[in-house]
Amino acid sequence: MNGRVFSYAPSSVILSGAATSRSEVAAEPKAPYSNKNAGLAPIAGGFLKSLSVLFFCFALLVPAHAQGGGELRFCLRNEPKTFDPLLVDDDSSLSIRYLTGGVLIRANRKTQQLEPELAESWHLSRDGKQITFKIRHGILFSDGTPFSTGDVAYTMQRLMDPNLHSSTGDAFRSGSGAVTTLKLGPDLITVIFPAPVVGLDALFDQVPIMSAHSPKKEGAVLGPFMVAEYKAGSSVLLKRNPNYWKKDARGHRLPFLDAIRLDIQPNRDVEMLRFKRGELDLINVLDSDYFDKLASTSPQLVHDAGASLDAEFMWFNQVASAPIPPYKSAWFRSTNFRRAVSTAINRDDLSRIVYNRHAQPAVGPVSPANKFWFNSRLHSEAHNPDAALKRLEAEGFHLDNGTLKDKDGNPIEFSIVTNASSKPRERMAVLIQEDLGKIGIKVNVVTLDFPSLLERISQKFNYEAAILGFRNVDLDPNGQMNIWLSSAEDHAWNPQQKAPETAWEAEIDKLMRAQASASDPRKRKQSFDRVQEIVYQQAPFIYLVNQNALSAVSTSVEGANPVILHPQTFWNAERLTLNANTRASR
Amino acid sequence: MNAARKVACVVLLAVCVVSLAADWLAPAGFAKQFREVPGSPPSHQHLLGTDEIGRDRFARVLYGTRISLLLAPAAALVSTFLAALVGGLAGYLGGIWLRLATSFTDLFLSLPWLFLLITVRALLPLNVSPLLSVMITFFILGLLGWAASARVLSTSADSLRNSDFVLQARASGLDGPRLFFVHVLPNLKPVLYAQFWISIPVFILSEANLGILGLGVAEPLPSWGSLLRELEGLVSFREEPWRMVPLVLLIVVLTSFQLALSNEELTA
Repeated sequence: MNGRVFSYAPSSVILSGAATSRSEVAAEPKAPYSNKNAGLAPIAGGFLKSLSVLFFCFALLVPAHAQGGGELRFCLRNEPKTFDPLLVDDDSSLSIRYLTGGVLIRANRKTQQLEPELAESWHLSRDGKQITFKIRHGILFSDGTPFSTGDVAYTMQRLMDPNLHSSTGDAFRSGSGAVTTLKLGPDLITVIFPAPVVGLDALFDQVPIMSAHSPKKEGAVLGPFMVAEYKAGSSVLLKRNPNYWKKDARGHRLPFLDAIRLDIQPNRDVEMLRFKRGELDLINVLDSDYFDKLASTSPQLVHDAGASLDAEFMWFNQVASAPIPPYKSAWFRSTNFRRAVSTAINRDDLSRIVYNRHAQPAVGPVSPANKFWFNSRLHSEAHNPDAALKRLEAEGFHLDNGTLKDKDGNPIEFSIVTNASSKPRERMAVLIQEDLGKIGIKVNVVTLDFPSLLERISQKFNYEAAILGFRNVDLDPNGQMNIWLSSAEDHAWNPQQKAPETAWEAEIDKLMRAQASASDPRKRKQSFDRVQEIVYQQAPFIYLVNQNALSAVSTSVEGANPVILHPQTFWNAERLTLNANTRASR
Repeated sequence: MNAARKVACVVLLAVCVVSLAADWLAPAGFAKQFREVPGSPPSHQHLLGTDEIGRDRFARVLYGTRISLLLAPAAALVSTFLAALVGGLAGYLGGIWLRLATSFTDLFLSLPWLFLLITVRALLPLNVSPLLSVMITFFILGLLGWAASARVLSTSADSLRNSDFVLQARASGLDGPRLFFVHVLPNLKPVLYAQFWISIPVFILSEANLGILGLGVAEPLPSWGSLLRELEGLVSFREEPWRMVPLVLLIVVLTSFQLALSNEELTA
């Protein structure tokens, strides 16, 4: 077997972060001790020295208890739809799953590398059909049930059960036939798939192992926290898993926190007010407006982790049967027209004005934040109205008294639809309206409620251009198959084609399938780099900006290190601590 | 005319005049984007600062006021006309017609009109100019806002139908449209005026509601609704007080409309 082998010394991974965090906490009592001693009158010196020694001894004795403590508090924007980790399909449930679920392999949110968790090591077969895990010894679920290869087999069996309708399981479905597991020994288990699964090892980051024997079922977890209380519409209380297997560099059992309270709060203004009042410790995702307001008064609380994986983009309706005039369909199907529109858009202004510089001009389907998969040969389209006009003239368009007309004399006018609830998208549409006005194109901006918008763009195809965004949670391009395949439902500009209608779409289909069937990451990258180039040249999606990952973390939280990947602020929740004042006040 | 009513009329007149003079008072226009100074505070160039994408807020307030103050009465006219047609005629005809009209009006009143508005708006063609879109929005408001007025008018017309002078006119051989237009309708005028004036602030607020939801007047045209939407996320009055101007203006205008109505109109 010549597949990739990932095997780490787990302690070295855990040590680096933990040592820093713990040394900072331990250093706190020492400084006041020495300062106080130096400033006291000699007559009181003896007594205070003895007291200091007592304090010192106490400090040495207590860290194992003092390290824990405290309840971290932050908000979920919506009610969690499920606590079953294999049925998670929404942000709130995803956050709870991350905090409670123990996985075999974890994608480190900071380094974007895979790291061993419940699996000490793993081996991926060359054909991408099998993965063998060597699991850790002596691990218990939160209810005391021992963890074994039987639990891995049970989880996979349940995950792949078609009756469960698990979207997490869908990612593993590669061909017809059953997924089987083979126990090779007490610590070794192989999962066998009927066909190669792309990025198989990375997919296990989303699969919390469930207990096959615990009567508590999903209540028995292997992650750092467990669900202790759920008040519908109000809050979810997670308590420390007393059986969590990880320890820090000093051998102290993780997590440090006693509990995490997740208040369900859809209103962002209320969330911000509560954060300012010190009732919340984190805001995981901040809008740029809120970010700047908070930064103006408390710059130490806000974190801009740089460009995220999320992208905002615009596209034209290219559906042949769409109820739009044929001459407009002809514009929208013209590569030169789309490229000209792309060139006329001032992305720097979109980033600067709409996102207060907390966004980067987008390049293509992959954000530069995705270190491995981004095609670094591509650059964001520069704003150049003259070049846009030249491109249009080459296609037969011409300016007539400031109005751009096609070769048949039709004035160029189209509408851009977007969802009314998104101010940034509405603002971008208005800026684009003016940018395109400079080359004689008249744009009408229409905001619609989201259900109406979705109906128009995905069912009736009764629209001309749209602005929306994708929230990418997957680093691997395989997660974008549903967008790039011409037969896919989310192939927004012209979905569900029976056969690719253009040569470049046929090439994208071929490349996406090629990257999905290759197990060599370099070959996959070559294929997907070419996909990015085609998308750049053909502009079916006109990528606008990649928003930055903005968050806020209270100074009461120690060890926080916000990143661009979900969950931005609490990806290392097991190592977060609260300072003494906050612990005392809760 | 009491003092409060006089002051209210003067305020309304002043607001109308100033908004009509927007072209001279705010030559920058409502759509021009000063992209170098988005969200700037008041200055000589921009008396109320600029909005999030750099448009002159003073110009937008003036043009927004003009749009809301011109089109809300138009919508009120449409709704009052429909109310007179449905309510006035039903009340005048009485019997089964009155019962049918009352049931229909009650049904219309029980509809969640905001959702109805959102639905109707979503069905509209997309490629219309902002000016046309604003006219359509207010026209829809007028079309959907007649029911409450119709209820009042049907009651008034019903009582007129049984009044002595109408009975006497009937006894004199007058009937049909002539009786309605000569004797009934002139006596419904105070109620019609009252319903018209009361509807104006209702439609201003309705458009503001739609605007706050982002479903009002199409960009880049301003309206009070879209201007009020700017207040989203404002957590302190002291932060940027100049952003409160559209809200203050809305309160002043609505209050003035209320004060400008005579006691007779209010009780009609």
